[in-house]
Amino acid sequence: MWRFIGFRTLQAIPVIFAVITITFFLVRAAPGGPFSSEKAVSEQVKAALEAQFQLDLPPHEQYLAYLTDLIKGDFGPSFNFPGRSVNELIFQGLPVTAELGFYALLIAVVVGTLSGVIASLKPNSLQDYIPMSFAMVGICMPSFLLGPTLVLVFSIWLGWLPVSGWGSIPGDKILPSITLGAMYAAYIARLSRAGMLEVLSQDYLRTARAKGLPEYKVIIKHALRGGLIPVVAFLGPAFAGLLSGSFVVETVFQVPGLGRFYIQAAFNRDYTMILGTTVFLATLIVLFNLLSDVLAAWLNPRLRYQFRK
Amino acid sequence: MALLTTSDLRVYFHTRNGLVKAVDGISFSVEEGKTYAIIGESGSGKSVACYSMLGLVPMPPGKIESGEVWFENQDLLKLSESQLRKIRGKGISIIFQDPMTTLNPFLKIGDQLIEPLRLHFGMSKKDAWQKGVQILEEVGIKNPAQRMKSWPFEFSGGMRQRVVIAMALVTEPKIIIADEPTTALDVTVQAQILKLLKELQVRRNIGVIFISHDLSVVADIADEIAVMQNGIFVEQGTRDAIFSNPQHAYTKKLLAAVPDSEKTNQQHENTYLISADNISVHFSGNKGEGVLKAVDDVSLKIKQHEILGLVGESGSGKSTTGRAILRLLDLANGKIVFNNEDISHYSRAEMKPLRRQMQMIFQDPYASLNPRTSVYDTLAEPLLLHKIVAKKNLDSEVFSLMDSVGLSRESVLRYPHEFSGGQRQRIAIGRAIATKPAFIVADEPVSALDVTIQSQILDLLLNLVNEFNLTMLFISHDLGVVRYLADRVLVMKDGKLVEEGAVHEIFNNPQEAYTRALLDAIPGKSLLGVG
Repeated sequence: MWRFIGFRTLQAIPVIFAVITITFFLVRAAPGGPFSSEKAVSEQVKAALEAQFQLDLPPHEQYLAYLTDLIKGDFGPSFNFPGRSVNELIFQGLPVTAELGFYALLIAVVVGTLSGVIASLKPNSLQDYIPMSFAMVGICMPSFLLGPTLVLVFSIWLGWLPVSGWGSIPGDKILPSITLGAMYAAYIARLSRAGMLEVLSQDYLRTARAKGLPEYKVIIKHALRGGLIPVVAFLGPAFAGLLSGSFVVETVFQVPGLGRFYIQAAFNRDYTMILGTTVFLATLIVLFNLLSDVLAAWLNPRLRYQFRK
Repeated sequence: MALLTTSDLRVYFHTRNGLVKAVDGISFSVEEGKTYAIIGESGSGKSVACYSMLGLVPMPPGKIESGEVWFENQDLLKLSESQLRKIRGKGISIIFQDPMTTLNPFLKIGDQLIEPLRLHFGMSKKDAWQKGVQILEEVGIKNPAQRMKSWPFEFSGGMRQRVVIAMALVTEPKIIIADEPTTALDVTVQAQILKLLKELQVRRNIGVIFISHDLSVVADIADEIAVMQNGIFVEQGTRDAIFSNPQHAYTKKLLAAVPDSEKTNQQHENTYLISADNISVHFSGNKGEGVLKAVDDVSLKIKQHEILGLVGESGSGKSTTGRAILRLLDLANGKIVFNNEDISHYSRAEMKPLRRQMQMIFQDPYASLNPRTSVYDTLAEPLLLHKIVAKKNLDSEVFSLMDSVGLSRESVLRYPHEFSGGQRQRIAIGRAIATKPAFIVADEPVSALDVTIQSQILDLLLNLVNEFNLTMLFISHDLGVVRYLADRVLVMKDGKLVEEGAVHEIFNNPQEAYTRALLDAIPGKSLLGVG
């Protein structure tokens, strides 16, 4: 098992390196630069600024300098927020995004698996059709549409929940979390339904029933474990989706998370900020994919057995 | 005294395509310490009959229309679901067919084994675990205390079936329903399992309902036999009566379908179509495990128009040998000569023109046909690939192939799922002979089929061999089948040849202990006059 984890960690290094390199040159290839939008900047000031941030060096030297800093764990200074480092900005936004992501993931897993399992127990009945119709809507509806719709219904018409914000008014975390989690709840519902349906037709469930086990034990003890393996395997990619999805939701609900910095950085050509957040998120995504693989292996003894070798 | 008495049991299925009378009025009783065998082809209703007694048939669409099943002074058919649950696994247990799928792959053997004890007797985990160790030992599992902590996939098929039997026995039931418990196993393993079942039954005085499609399997162990067809018992009686004096035409047909005759010797030309000299195939295992010698220094020669039988248990390397001869696998050592051409080291491209002359028929007709390809396309594909017929003659060639393998021309546009197992194997055979090959490797082509269907397919193969002047390597674990079809037999074990000879020599005068063990394992030899 540890060998597997070690192996996968080594595999992650070239992935992250590729992300760094591609992003580094891509942002520089985009038209404009960090200081080109400012109107009243004279040539001298601009040159001074560029020298300050080493932008006057040839690209490959910039790249090497950046890599050297990265190895030390330093994402460099922000171009756009003078005097503040990218590290500072990331760790300022991270707790909020992490909290939002956690709630959304919780909603996705709990609501998704529950409705998927319930649907699978009576396929092609109302018990199946109702949650699966919601799941279909959830998958089709982008969060920038779902968010405002929820706001319209629950905040403006019913007046139950705040329109926007994060942590300032009680209940203001509910709508962003639901908006972000809904699509993943829908995916997980469909995955767990399919996984359960497959397991429910297996011979070993008949064995369990023939032992005299009551149906709920047959489902919980014998069916769930195999049925939910696809869901666990999906958690890694889902986490990646949640992170990028959170940027949209943060904008819709004005949540002060990472996403805000990220989008601003892209508009402002804040090279170090774009690079820093991208690399940081890429690392997180790789990490979570690894976690979900380990979890899947823990659930599936046969996989575990292969790793042991 | 009868442990269980069933009378006039009827189970119907109300499906969208109309009413299916799966079980239509059967009566029988099971005595203490006796085996009651129910014999019938798949779809005859034998499993439905037994499962319905325990409420394990999905209802709807199933419905019990009439009948009584008396067990321990209660009519099982009148019990509620929760009352039935107390009988299941405690009074009556079931051993299912395929040990590869009946154990939960995500739970340890021990946890599955003690589940009924915890459930029915409320035993503590510790006590139940101890009892589990005992019962594993009783069914012949070595190191039972350690094996309790193993996962199902760490066991072989035969060992798993022992675990399944242990699971059925652990609560000391009065009755065991054994649903084709050995069909998925090798012939030697089958003999061990049958013997084990019989011993346990005598020791514990259990009544057994033994379901099988194969009369020969129950020949040694049954006390009474019922022959089932289309939901009814067409014949019921003691074992001896059924075997020595069958009344019903269907029983006679089942008995006749057991391939027990020997092929009459034919003269063959003395030229060899294919020969393999000292071939070896190695599979590299995981690091540190070295190589697995799946085929180890095997030599064989097949004459023109000869059928060579290759016999062995699973894992003996017989399929690998077949694939290696067709050069579907790379050789580690050795030489293969086909039609005076050394093909040992031919590349894929060099093999391609030869492929039309060498074909393969696979074991499982459910898996070997593409479910999204119609019969027409399945048969036309090799014809077009090897440019055997012009496009305008394609239809007539496909039809004539269908005639050859006994498929009706109307089914030309149907898809595999619309056919039965036997018909699918006919399609697979049609595909193999489409290119007019000289040589065919048939890898267990009838193992997945019911006995009566088996004999039809074997006859078809014999006819085709004569009609198309084929040479065949016939791989099987079933000695009866090989005896019926083959001219010569090779016996393989652990990747090596152990014996070779003409059919009657091998069967009447086996030289090697392993060959004798294989022959002894054939069930029902005495009653059927095999061996």
